[in-house]
This record gives sequence, structure tokens and C-alpha cells, in this order.
Amino acid sequence: MADTVGSFSRSFAQQPWALWRRQAGRLTLIEVRRNLFSWKASWIYFLAFVPTLLIFIHGLVDRHFVEGISDDTNVLAGIVQFYYVRLGIFFGCLGIFSRLIRGEMIERSLHFYLLSPVRREILLLSKFAAGSISAVLLFETAMVANIALMYGPFGAAGRDYVFHGAGLAQSEAYLVIVPLACLGYGAVFLLLSMMFKNPTPAAMLVLGWEAINPVLPSVLQKISVASYLRHLMPVSIPGEGIFALLTVETEPVSGWAAALGLLLLIAVVLTYSCYRMRRLEIRYTTE
Amino acid sequence: MTDHATLHDRIQFENVSKFYGEVLGVNKVTLSIPPGVTTLVGPNGSGKTTLMNLMTGLVQASSGTISVLGLSPGNATEFFRAVGYCTQFDSFPRGLSGWQFVFDSLMLHGMDKMDAFRLTVEALDRVQLGDSAGWPIASYSKGMRQKIRLAQSIAHHPRVLILDEPLNGLDPMARAESLALFEELGRQGMHLIISSHILDEVDRISDRVVLITGGYLIAEGNIHQVRQEVRDKPMQVLIRCDHPELLASRMFSINHCVEARLHADGQGVFLRTGDIDQFYSMLNGIAAEGVIKINAVAPADDDANAIYQYLIGSDGSAS
Ligand SMILES: Nc1ncnc2c1ncn2[C@@H]1O[C@H](COP(=O)(O)OP(=O)(O)O)[C@@H](O)[C@H]1O
Ligand SMILES: [Mg+2]
Repeated sequence: MADTVGSFSRSFAQQPWALWRRQAGRLTLIEVRRNLFSWKASWIYFLAFVPTLLIFIHGLVDRHFVEGISDDTNVLAGIVQFYYVRLGIFFGCLGIFSRLIRGEMIERSLHFYLLSPVRREILLLSKFAAGSISAVLLFETAMVANIALMYGPFGAAGRDYVFHGAGLAQSEAYLVIVPLACLGYGAVFLLLSMMFKNPTPAAMLVLGWEAINPVLPSVLQKISVASYLRHLMPVSIPGEGIFALLTVETEPVSGWAAALGLLLLIAVVLTYSCYRMRRLEIRYTTE
Repeated sequence: MTDHATLHDRIQFENVSKFYGEVLGVNKVTLSIPPGVTTLVGPNGSGKTTLMNLMTGLVQASSGTISVLGLSPGNATEFFRAVGYCTQFDSFPRGLSGWQFVFDSLMLHGMDKMDAFRLTVEALDRVQLGDSAGWPIASYSKGMRQKIRLAQSIAHHPRVLILDEPLNGLDPMARAESLALFEELGRQGMHLIISSHILDEVDRISDRVVLITGGYLIAEGNIHQVRQEVRDKPMQVLIRCDHPELLASRMFSINHCVEARLHADGQGVFLRTGDIDQFYSMLNGIAAEGVIKINAVAPADDDANAIYQYLIGSDGSAS
């Protein structure tokens, strides 16, 4: 008996990865269970599905001719670029990710995790993973529904556009942009929520930063989520009025480079978050 | 015993200080705790929780080093298999039943469901939570919450168990049950660190007492040593009276009075004594004579007085 216990613990000592995977899996499960199925989070569903609802109504109410496809393509591009990336996913991730650590501080339950035999890096990354799963599941579902509802009413022409025409590459791009946006904003808000008791003012600064970012020098554009995503946008919308400012064309960057750049930014933010997590203290009274 | 062996069965503090910004948590604490039941005793705000949080890495020392059985909380995997900590916080992750709470935390150890299941049953059994384990924690009474937190902290069979004011808010019956459990755990060779602001309630099961006040460790040892140590520590008392010089000279004739100082306004005297019991009985005698009119008697060092109250206070007899 003692021998089996001994060899069990020895084999675990040699393979911490197996243990870490199990722990991460369990933590992620606990977190997703809480994030995805809670009434408190219902406003995030609202954020994700508002455009879906509008597109659905548009499909019901407006008549659809084949010539309308290009207009609707521009509308969809606008929804992704100006609504999802700048507002919907932005605030959705603010809600989901800033409560992962900070929420448990407010509810005074974080210490249970810090007192479990789980490395703090694993804890932080699992929470990030759980937040990402929730956010991606939600917004990706909304995105798929948006595409289906936008082109569905065009019938065979719409199907042809999405599966064999220009719509294929566009759809693929949106389905990559949405998760990248979730991960990018998620990492940023997870970090901000560890740095500030109330991360909302800081998030507003980020919102402003992201908005003026296109007109900043290219070095500064490297620390912005939206600016990477801009290079991935499949359709450039003809700018008018205030939008002209937001659609400033900068040096062209390939999609791969932009995606890699964003992933690198996420990695840097997460690494710094891990460092902060290691030094985090439980001081509920003063938080 | 070699140093190495000592290190691995002790909880060591070496010159540890913790400041919360400007606020002192604990100052220059050096301690070496062997297995058995150790109680941390001190008034509220004396630094008991701080010491426990330092041990488990919930807060980090401003200076000094801490080791628990040679382990550090930075190595969470090994450390928290060996350590269980039942904190003072009466709060839980949202939406769980008592059972889920204990089971989830065991699953975080990386064990499989069968083992976690078995240990959960065992822990719930130990704290005698009964059928209510399946209820949501939100519906628990204070006593039940205390029990489920205790169950969670002992479920994985830690070698070191840290309990922050575990008797607080329990009814006498639950207290007796908890004390019996602690005593049994201590007998099994576990390190048990228990904090309390009332020595009397834990002294029976303690092998060792650590007294702390204002962030300073003031005495440490078995209960008899500590009581003696505090009795021997000279205490200062301020006596308001109409003939302070006379009183001082009378009191000084007693051996135990080691220092006297007149109050600036001439209406009182500070006296320092090594035996407070005899001091008070002498003072009563002088007052009874009626020559000196004594208006007020107050301890001049609050900390020492507070500790004195804990130790000798109620029944007035040492040990
Ligand atoms: N998070 C904190 N921020 C500032 N001061 C604190 C904090 N926690 C504890 N303190 C201070 O440290 C001292 C010791 O507190 P604590 O360890 O909680 O004592 P105890 O547990 O003995 O009541 C007190 O003066 C308290 O005010
Ligand atoms: Mg305390």
C-alpha cells in the first residue's frame, strides 16, 4: 500500500505536466460552469446577440435581391469592425475576464485556490482558458448566426456566395478575428483587474487608446488589440465622416504576421500577469 | 538531531517582519515550532492571522525567512499537499454545496474521483456534518460553515494544519467537539497551529503557547513556562492618589516593586512591579488604612495588562 502510494507520488514528481493538465482541466471546468451558466452574465449574451437580432429582423422585413449582397457584405463588415471588435467583445470580455480574479477577491474566495496545491501560474492560465472558452463560445456562435442570417435570405445566391464565392474567405476571416479579439481583450482585462480594484476606468482608457490607435506611430500600434485585427479584416469599408478617421490605411501587413503579432502581445500580457499572480497577497479587508 | 532533520519537522520563522504599508503586522518574529498542538494567543489585531498568512504565502514577508517542514509556499504542489489552512474568512466560492466544496478542492490535488470521493466522505464524517453536506452552503448556519471549512482543510490529510480562531462563534457543544477533534489530530503527530484570543479555551489541549501582542512575540513555551514568564515580567501601574511620594515609599519597601516615577502633575505615581498579585494585595492593605486616599488604579502598559488578563485574569491563580 505504502509502496503504491510512494511510486504514485514519484511518478507524479517526474511528470508534473500530467498533474498540471489535470489541475488545469478541473479549474477550467469549475470556472466555465460558473461563467456560462449564471444569470449575472446575461447582459453579456445580450451584447453578443444584439446584432444577430437586428440581422434577423432585417432578414424578415427587407426584401432581398442578389444585387443586395454586396451592400449586406459591407454592413456585416461594419458590424464586425465597429461593433464586435470595438464594443461588443470589448465589454463582453471586460465582464467575463475581470471577474475571474477580482470577482473572487470581492467574494473573498480567492484564498481557497491559493491554498490548493496548484501553482499560481496554472491557476491564472486556467482561469484565462475558462474565460476564453466562455467568450469564444458565445461570440463565435453569434458570429456564425450573423453570417447565416445575413446571407440565408438570399437563398441559393447567398449560399453560393458564402460557400463558393468571396464570402468564404470573409467568413473564415471573421471566425478567426472574433476568437483573437476575445483572447486579446481577455488577457488585457485579466491583467487590469489584477492591477486595479475597479478596472472599469482603466478599461475606458484602453477603449480610448484603441480608438485613437490607427493614427498613432506604428511602434505604438503594436500595443493595441484592434490594430492587429484591422489587418485581418477581409473587407475594407469605405470610410465616411467620423469613420474615415478609424479606417486610416497604414502599412499593409500580412494576415499571418498580424495574427502572430497579436498572439505575441497576448503572451507578453499573460507572462506579466503570471508574475503579478505569484506576488499577489490576500488582503480582502483593504481591497 | 541534525539541523537538517530539525528543519524538516519544524515550522521556522527567522527574524520575520511584515508591514502593510505603514501598518505593522508582525515585527522581528523568530520561532521554531515542533510537532504537536501550538496555540497562538493574543488580543485582536496582535498579528496572529498575519503569522498564519505568512506561513502559507497568502501574504509575503517584508523581511526574514519562513519555512514549513523545509518547504516554501512558492512550491505550491508540494507545500499544500502537506499543509491545510482553515482561514478566518467566512466565505466560499459561489453556488456550491458542502459536498461539492470539499470534493472540488480535493480534485484540485489531481487525484481521481474515487479517491476524492473517499476522502470527502471521511472528512465530512470527521466534522460530523451529517446529511446537510448535500445542501447549498448558502443555507448553512455559522457553525455548519465553520465545520465545512474545517473539513475542507483536513480532507487531504495534511501534516500541518493551521486553524485561525476555529472556536470563534461556535456554541459550547460544537466547541467541545472541535477541541476533541483537534486533540486527536495533535496526538496523531500532526503539526497543529491554532489561534485564539482567549487562552483559557485552548490551554487544555495545547502542548505549546506562543503569546503575541502588537505584532511582537512576547512569550513562548509550554503553558506553565509562559504563565511564569508573564508573571515575572515587570508591569507598570499608574496610581492616582493624594500622597504619591508616601505611597511610593511604602510600596517600594516591598521587594517586588522595582521602579517608581512621579506623575508630572504630582497627583499620581507610576510603579513597576514584578509580582502583580502581591502588589495589588499590598495596595489594598494601604488603601484600607485610610492614610492615603487612592482615587484610581490603572495599568500603564495596556499590552502587558491584556496579556495578564488572558493568563491569570479570571481565576487569579496561575496554572
Ligand atoms: N490587509 C491589511 N492591511 C493593513 N493592515 C492590516 C491588514 N491585515 C492586518 N493588518 C494589521 O496588522 C495587524 C495584525 O493584524 P492581524 O494579523 O489580523 O491580527 P489578529 O489576527 O491577531 O487579530 C493589525 O494592526 C491589523 O490592523
Ligand atoms: Mg485574526
